[in-house]
Amino acid sequence: MENQALIKQLQATAVQLRCDVLEMIGVGKAGHWGGSASLAETMAVLYFHAMRVDRKNPKNPERDRFLLSKGHAALIQYAALCELGFFPREELQKVKSLHGLLQGHPDLTVPGIEAVTGSLGQGLSLGVGMALALRLDKSASRVYVVMGDGEQSEGQLWEAAMAAVNFKLDNLTAFLDWNKIQATGRTADVFAIPALDQKWKAFGWEVISIDGHDIGHILAAVDQAKAVKGKPTLVILDTVKGKGVSFAENTPAYHNGTFDEAKYAQAMAELEAQKAALEAEKEMI
Amino acid sequence: MEKKSLRTAYGESLVELGQSDANIVVLEADLGKSTMSCLFKDVYPERYFEMGIAEQSMASTAAGLALAGKIPFYSTFAVFAFGRAYDQIRCGIAIPGANVKICGSSCGFSDFGDGKTHQSIEDANVMRMIPNMVVLNPCDAVETRKMMRAMVAHQGPVYIRINRNDLPVYTPEAGEYRIGKMSRIVAGDDVVIFATGSMVWKSAEAAELLKAEGISAEVINVSTLKPLEKSEILTYIAGKKAIVTAEEATKLGGLGSAIAEQLIGEVDLPFVRVGIEDEFGTSAHSYAELLETFGLTERHIAAAVKTALKVK
Repeated sequence: MENQALIKQLQATAVQLRCDVLEMIGVGKAGHWGGSASLAETMAVLYFHAMRVDRKNPKNPERDRFLLSKGHAALIQYAALCELGFFPREELQKVKSLHGLLQGHPDLTVPGIEAVTGSLGQGLSLGVGMALALRLDKSASRVYVVMGDGEQSEGQLWEAAMAAVNFKLDNLTAFLDWNKIQATGRTADVFAIPALDQKWKAFGWEVISIDGHDIGHILAAVDQAKAVKGKPTLVILDTVKGKGVSFAENTPAYHNGTFDEAKYAQAMAELEAQKAALEAEKEMI
Repeated sequence: MEKKSLRTAYGESLVELGQSDANIVVLEADLGKSTMSCLFKDVYPERYFEMGIAEQSMASTAAGLALAGKIPFYSTFAVFAFGRAYDQIRCGIAIPGANVKICGSSCGFSDFGDGKTHQSIEDANVMRMIPNMVVLNPCDAVETRKMMRAMVAHQGPVYIRINRNDLPVYTPEAGEYRIGKMSRIVAGDDVVIFATGSMVWKSAEAAELLKAEGISAEVINVSTLKPLEKSEILTYIAGKKAIVTAEEATKLGGLGSAIAEQLIGEVDLPFVRVGIEDEFGTSAHSYAELLETFGLTERHIAAAVKTALKVK
């Protein structure tokens, strides 16, 4: 596909994923809008273009592996898996309910989910294990891990950062969703971790910093990471928490926020308008 | 009686199992020369992952390997294997039922010199509480070898605790180990002693002491702490006048507690537990000194039997 057309298509996918997340959160129930929405473009690129996935055989050994270390953003992963047909759409309505498939955090019971995450700081180590296994198997599959920025204070994550370098895991790409807000406020105020890019570089990683909402940038970073040999790559995604819904953007309350009826309607209207605008642009190409 | 190393049995078993199954991989946190996982490194260096002194990373990495189809064994001192990585075991291994085998080495007081920080008195007790976890505690090197085969055959997480010191061999070379199965070490009629790990040895010696006093004690090796099969317990208490348990672990939530849980409402028999009281260990010049100080010798077990039978 021609690059511009691909970018437009993935932009539309990202908006659709946000719509699905909003639908899952619904009216009057708390849900992790902020950290899900900040990842929409990355998920669109990974699940709908970069990764090999197989909805008919979710355990296909040739698939790439995706791990959501910031497991509280499960809704955006569920949205992607649902759009790809890993489970029926009705499940979105039953998310976090007693008889639903979709747990509050990623669980192996969900087709397409690779590990149990959500206790923060563990996803990268899980990814190191998978990357080691794939290398032993001489597999061409890659491992993708998405971490949060609040999560960077977890010590285990830095153990994993060292392990990945020690084992020269160039089949591992990590993403850091630098959305600058965590559960109780702005990350800079809650627990400041300056110069994250320098820290990762000092730990021996290849570091690529990009606009995390720019599909073209994400596509390029994924390819660039594949070309790096002998060490793992970190892509730092400069993102806006809650991206896509004006009143929820960059707003700590929407880390795990609730939409009332009016807010829900406004949010959905904004997303629908983005969809329509992308449709119109597509016709112009 | 000849004593053998359980740690060597662990390391040699890894090599043996690794030969027949290429999916077996081993992780270690800079204590491979103590746990003896280093034997595997010598033969299969490409399947041996030195994780540095980073137990949390080791546990989750093992989970990742298991979820990608490998059969990882990770080992370090028991305190660190279970305690430093508790949440990684809970979330990454136990919840998904990942096929990770955890070896808590130098358990109990067997790391006698290092003191409280290194003496793991609660590892198996805590691991018992986690759903999906199988918990094993071999009494000798022969049983350790058999258990290792059973651990590979079992799909899912297993925790095995192993003493640092050599222990006399009480189990036979013949036969296979089945998870959940208990075995009779000493036959007896009056009282049954359910023992685990090193306390099988001490209980067998207690049975000798008691015999001299005309008391016939049966010693049962409970080397699977979880799942604990009620039918097995009931089989061995049938006809006995009292129950005694013996473990090199805190009494809270360990073997004695586990057997009592199974017997609530089932029997009305005197029941005495031998184990560590609710306290930490301490440094000592020998393992034997600690067993004496904390009440875990054959004399203590024999005394517990007499208390249970109400004889002086």
